[in-house]
Amino acid sequence: MINYLANPNRFLNFIKPIEFSIGVFSFLFIFIGLYLSLFNSPEDYQQGDTVRIMYIHVPFAWFASFLYLSISIASIFFLIWRHPFADIIARSVAPLGLIFSILTILTGSLWGKPMWGTWWVWDARLTSMLILCIFYFAYIGISNAFPRKIDGSKPAAILAIVGMVNLPIIKFSVDWWNTLHQPASIIRFDGPSINQEMLLPLVIMLLGFLFMSIFIILINIKTNLIYKKYQSEILKLG
Amino acid sequence: MNPKSQRLIILFFFLTLLGLSTFLVLKSLEDNIVYFYSPTDINKKILSNEIDLSKRIRIGGLVKENSILKEGKKISFKIHDGIDEILVIYNGILPDLFREEQGIVALGKIENKNFSAIEILAKHDENYMPKEVSDMLKKNGKWKGKLN
Repeated sequence: MINYLANPNRFLNFIKPIEFSIGVFSFLFIFIGLYLSLFNSPEDYQQGDTVRIMYIHVPFAWFASFLYLSISIASIFFLIWRHPFADIIARSVAPLGLIFSILTILTGSLWGKPMWGTWWVWDARLTSMLILCIFYFAYIGISNAFPRKIDGSKPAAILAIVGMVNLPIIKFSVDWWNTLHQPASIIRFDGPSINQEMLLPLVIMLLGFLFMSIFIILINIKTNLIYKKYQSEILKLG
Repeated sequence: MNPKSQRLIILFFFLTLLGLSTFLVLKSLEDNIVYFYSPTDINKKILSNEIDLSKRIRIGGLVKENSILKEGKKISFKIHDGIDEILVIYNGILPDLFREEQGIVALGKIENKNFSAIEILAKHDENYMPKEVSDMLKKNGKWKGKLN
């Protein structure tokens, strides 16, 4: 299956019929999720209405990390099997991941001020998230640093793999060290510590973000494929 | 060996070494990465003289019940971690979440075995629930004063 879709033309034919429905799904899930989280979910017993920031902060943070993981995996495929399409996928994911990581920090900051009493602290969770954001910047910078874009693919892929060590640090920072940031509420040994009424809108938002990410990444992949074709046409014309 | 499996092995070794070195760096920096010390840590450090009393540090724990005293602008209270406790003296604005049994983090210095704070931040835990549920849990006696 992966081998079959690794060919750009077959891939484009495969996504053509499903692309539109992915967009519709992402819109529906985020619309319903936002309605539930803003108007139809209870206030938290200690945080009151401020808890509603969670419904966007958590999806941003999760997908900032997931998208980085997918860049690293695509980079491993690119480095070992030298498949150019893996490079295109990694490049198409990076800008969205960068935006998500910036928005994670911004929404977290807006949440931190009223709850903790500060916009920012240098605790392990916040700092490791900032490092993720810097890795995104570095990846995008290096992969576009050469006149021939393809020359940047290999160093960028190595950087992406190096940054992979940061992902478990982000996830477990709150367990390994004392932090101001709370410990995990959803993925934990004894099940979520979020009340069901609040978990439902969050799960719907996470699904919405999943579809939205796929939708935007598909558009980026198409753009990058077209750009590559255009470049090779120019080369042919000399 | 074909070049593909060669590259795979190199990558595998590279990742192992990278993971190991990251672990060692984090392990040796542990004292700097922790955002705050608990009252137990801090009392241990005072006893063993491991701490520079002139330097600002952060301590964190739960505000002890019935320990909050207000005199004008000055406020004092004890924080505990279930084992040990320390008296905190503070002169400033408290965060909204400040209350008994709430987790807080204070920045300041040790003075005469008390903690003189210049900034107090509130910590909230990982539990999310509507007010009705927390009231019900408290009524049924199933509420645990959770230690963060």
